[in-house]
This record gives sequence, structure tokens and C-alpha cells, in this order.
Amino acid sequence: MAYDKFDILKTTAVPLPIENVDTDQIIPARFLKATERKGFGDNLFRDWRYNQDNTPKKDFVLNNPKYSGKILVGGKNFGSGSSREHAAWSVYDYGFRCVISSFFADIFRGNCLNIGVLPVQVSAGFLQKIFTAIEADPKTEFEVSLPEQKVTILATGESENFDINDYKKGNMTNGFDDIDYLLNIKKDIGEFAKSTPL
Amino acid sequence: MGSKKTLFDKVWDSHVVHQIENGPDVLFIDRHMVHEVTSPVAFLGLKNRGIRLMYPEKTFATADHNTPTINQHLPVEDPLSANQLRMLEKNANEYGISYWGLGHEKNGIVHVVGPEYGITQPGATIVCGDSHTSTHGAFGAIAFGIGTSEVEMVMATQCIMQPKPKSMRINITGELQYGVSPKDVALFIISQLTTSGATGYFVEYAGDVFKNMTMEGRMTVCNLSIEMGARGGMITPDEATFHYIKGREFTPKGEAWNTAMDYWQTLYTDEGAEFHKELTFDGSQIEPMITYGTNPGMGMGISKNIPNADAVQGGTATYKKSLQYMRFDEGDSMLGKPIDFVFLGSCTNGRIEDFRAFASIIKGKKKADNVTAWLVPGSHKVVTAIKEEGILDILTEAGFELREPGCSACLAMNDDKVPAGKLAVSTSNRNFEGRQGPGSRTLLASPLVAAAAAVTGKVTDPRELMKLETA
Repeated sequence: MAYDKFDILKTTAVPLPIENVDTDQIIPARFLKATERKGFGDNLFRDWRYNQDNTPKKDFVLNNPKYSGKILVGGKNFGSGSSREHAAWSVYDYGFRCVISSFFADIFRGNCLNIGVLPVQVSAGFLQKIFTAIEADPKTEFEVSLPEQKVTILATGESENFDINDYKKGNMTNGFDDIDYLLNIKKDIGEFAKSTPL
Repeated sequence: MGSKKTLFDKVWDSHVVHQIENGPDVLFIDRHMVHEVTSPVAFLGLKNRGIRLMYPEKTFATADHNTPTINQHLPVEDPLSANQLRMLEKNANEYGISYWGLGHEKNGIVHVVGPEYGITQPGATIVCGDSHTSTHGAFGAIAFGIGTSEVEMVMATQCIMQPKPKSMRINITGELQYGVSPKDVALFIISQLTTSGATGYFVEYAGDVFKNMTMEGRMTVCNLSIEMGARGGMITPDEATFHYIKGREFTPKGEAWNTAMDYWQTLYTDEGAEFHKELTFDGSQIEPMITYGTNPGMGMGISKNIPNADAVQGGTATYKKSLQYMRFDEGDSMLGKPIDFVFLGSCTNGRIEDFRAFASIIKGKKKADNVTAWLVPGSHKVVTAIKEEGILDILTEAGFELREPGCSACLAMNDDKVPAGKLAVSTSNRNFEGRQGPGSRTLLASPLVAAAAAVTGKVTDPRELMKLETA
């Protein structure tokens, strides 16, 4: 599914300084029953965000009006557990276009890249600087530049580069997906299939 | 890494259709397994693009995540679940995929039925929109979980785009103690590596402990590879592997079997092949394991005490939050803690060997009054074996009931939910907050530990009960 092109994102950020945030927290299994990709943002972090009677939990960051923005900043090993792409969908549908952490689980990272959410992995030290900057001023802005592969804390000017392979960078920049690429080499795949033993 | 190849290299490299410079490999997929939860949006994608499956005969669909485990002959009550199940059936019919739906004799958990019917084979690349697809690595396959965009990708092109993971070998030497099972081996490894210790790697399990392990046991271990962050884990196929798959419905027959065997017997890590990382543990030091926190890495030997926050890797705040959720304190012993639920089942421990182990402990005893037990076989084939081996009689006499196959309380998408605050000993794979129902608290353990808890009503070292039996 094609998605919006990603270039330079300049925005405030929402801090979630917890490690090992698993995809069951991002979107609990009981909200995976849809047959279309709609409305997942409503249930993002459902059980951290709402009490069982559906009233908002005041101490959860998404319910705190001080914090907003298109970047979600999470602790180490963000997105572990289930392969549910619904987790990435709910992050996107809520309005985030970028997740910053010091470490991502593989499948979640891949799912994000496939649907147009940019996973930005920074050093543990820089992640702490980001958390500190938001704590000091929730209105502080960040710039995530995909062309330069760089994230900058605009208030201090401090920045760090991040990795992304050229192929995925091209996809994100142009809003392409892997299926577009693969359909173009379908003939090669057909030839290859003839030689597979299984 | 020279001409010496690992088992993983051999299978991966032989499936690369195309390499993209500074990008992923295009990897050909031999088998695609599909279930109701992660497929509807993928089918929708095909429809929007106006395309069909490139090789529908390589895709197999079963319903498992959302299915009830009682009264499967009646209409599914939850309208959303019913709709998702209907969608899978409709899509499977429309796109010409074999479909083993609710009530079908071959229905069951995708990672249980795949091997049972010989869809899982050595040297194959296998994917499914489910992270526990790593299970199939037990047969020397490269098997891993994918997202829904990738499900659509495999349907459309039979390929996936993935950077080749790094390789790790985990050796477990020696012999396991009495009462220590494959689940304990896996929970032990995860406790040593943490839930992110193998992220970016594909693991090969090697050493005597795995050589001597049954196929069911190997599946349990490979299943849990994802819980230490690894995309998958695999074990060299050997006589046990070939014996298991021979004669199953989808395995090659006659001359095709011989041809396949010629290939399968080349699937091992060459002497001198290098891994990016290699770890070795002494299997005799592993005891029955139990988890105490909210990720599978928070596990320990059942006789140990919960570590202090300053003694663990990672952030103290996250660790304390986890114990607070579990209502445990640093230094607590798990032994003797009263429990409310026992869940035997899931793609991790829902096979016949797991029911044999459970039955061996509860035989001649009674289910504790304070325990609600859900015993959920992984497939109808497992149900049949439970009946034929007399296990059902043992369970019934001890006051247990057998439910119908499905994923059940492992992720609580159906009605099998552990209520808020209740403590469950579970043979499944994740103890995340709310995983078994909002507010539920999960202790991951082996079928032996689950059985010991089921009859004593509290966390109990199964070796205590096994001693009594043999005394």
C-alpha cells in the first residue's frame, strides 16, 4: 500500500521512557479483529491509556495535553513480541510518522518501514538527551531529515546520524513499497521458481 | 566467511533470487501459512491492485487465533471474530488456497498442523504472519514471522525482501537433569540473553541436548527464538527429523523422497564455518524454569529468588514497573505462591508430548479446587492421540476437561481470558502485561511445572512430585 512520502519532519515529540515496549502494549490482541486497516489509532496503547471502564488514565503520556507531535520516543527494544503490523498501523493512524529509540525489535522495524513510519535508531546517550530536552520543555522541536539521515534537537542544535539502507530510503522518500519493486521482477522470480527443489 | 557455510547460509543463499546493493535480498518463499488475523488486509491489498496469488499452491490457510475452544460446532458468538473467520474462508475460496477452517479435521494452530501434515520440510523457506513461525526451524527450515504488508508481498510474488540476518550458534552441552524439559532450556537461554539479546540474528541450536531432543521438543525451542529477539532458530535435520516427516501427507513420496533426502542430507553447518556470535551453556546446570516478570527474559530456576533490580541488565525503572504489575517483590521465592489458572497449550506447548508430560504428573491426583485449568490441544490430530493413548482418561479422572484446538488463552483473542489480577501458570510464550486478558498475570513454564501447579494450587517444583512417584 502506497503511503505519504517522507522528507523532513519538524515537530514536537511524545516521550515514553519505558524499555521493552511490546506490540501487545502498542495494540492488545483483542483489537486485532478488524478486516480493514481503519481506526487502529483509537486503541494505540489501549490498556496503558484507558482504565477498564474506558476512562482515560490521567498519568499516561498520550492523555497529558502538555505532550504532542508526530514523533514517538521510546525506550530500548521498542516493538518486541508479536509480528502484528497492526502495531505499526496504530502508531501511524494515531498521527506519528517517526519512532525514535535506542534499539528496535526486527519485525516491528520492518513493519514500520513498510507502511511509512520511519524508525530512527539513535545511541543510548542521544536518546537520553532527547528525553531530557522534552522534559525541560515539552514544546521543544526536533528535526528528522531522511535525506541527511540526521535527527536534530533544535533547541540545542545537537544532532546524530542514523542508518537506513539506500533501498528503503528510496522507498520512504518516494512513497513506494516492496510489492511495486517485486512485481517488476516477476519474470525473474518465475524463472527462479522453476529451479527450486521444494 | 569463505567457502565454509553454516546451515543457515546454505538454506538462505539457495533462495536468493536477487541481491540489491545496500538493500535487502529478494528471498524466494517455499511455503506460506496464513491465518485469519493477519491476512484480511493483505487480501484487500491484492484486490486493490487487481492481482492474484502467484503460486496459490504454496499457501496454506487455517483458522486458529480467534476460534472458540468449546462448542466449535455452533456458530461463533463474537460477531467480529465470526466476521474475520468468514473473511478467511471467503478469501481462501476466491483465491484458490487450501483452507482448513473451524471444524475441518485438519484444523489447528498453524505451527502445529504445518509439521503434522508434512508442509514443513528441511531446507525450506517458510513464512507466516505470526512471529512464532520460527517453530518450523526445528526441521532445518528457515522460518520466520512477517507483517501483513509482507503477507501480501508473498501472495503477490512468492518473495520477501529482507536483509540477511547475522548468524549465532547456541550450544547446549551435556545432559538435562530429570524434570527439565525443552521449554526450560528455551526459557533458560532467553533469561541469559534477554528479550533483545538475539535481535538481528538467526540462531542455530547445536550440541548434545538438541541432538537428543524429540522433534516436539525442538519445535518448542525454535518457537521461542523470537522471545530473545531472533528472527528465527534452526536445528540440523537428522534421523529424528526424517523419521518424523516420512509418510506425512505433503512430504515427497517414492523417488521424490530419495531426491529430497539427497538434498536434506547436505543441510548441516560445515566444519570451520564461522558465526557472528557463538555461545555455549552447560545443559546439566539448567533447572525447571519459571518467569516472574512481564517479558520472557524475566525467568529463573524455580528454586531461585527474584533478582534485585540492581543485579539485572537494563533499566531499573522498567524492571520495578514490571514487578509492580506482577505484584511481586525483589527477593521473593516463586515456590508456594497460590495460583488461579493453568493453561496447557499454544504453538509452544500444545503437542502430544506436552500432554504426555502433563498427564505424567497429574495421574492419580486431583485438580486443586482453587485452579481453573484450560487444556487446549494444538490440533485435532493431537486430540486423537490424547484419546488413543489413554491420556484423556487420566485427565478426566483427575478432574480436568479437554477443550477444542486453537490458540486460546495464549493471546486471549477468544473468550479464554484470564481475569484481571488473577495469576496463571501458562505453557505459552508471552507473559506481557495483559497478554492473557486485561490485567492478567502470567508465569511462563513447562507442562511439568504447569501440571504441578494444577494439582497443588500453587507454584511447585515438579521434581518434588516426580520423586514421590518414583519413591
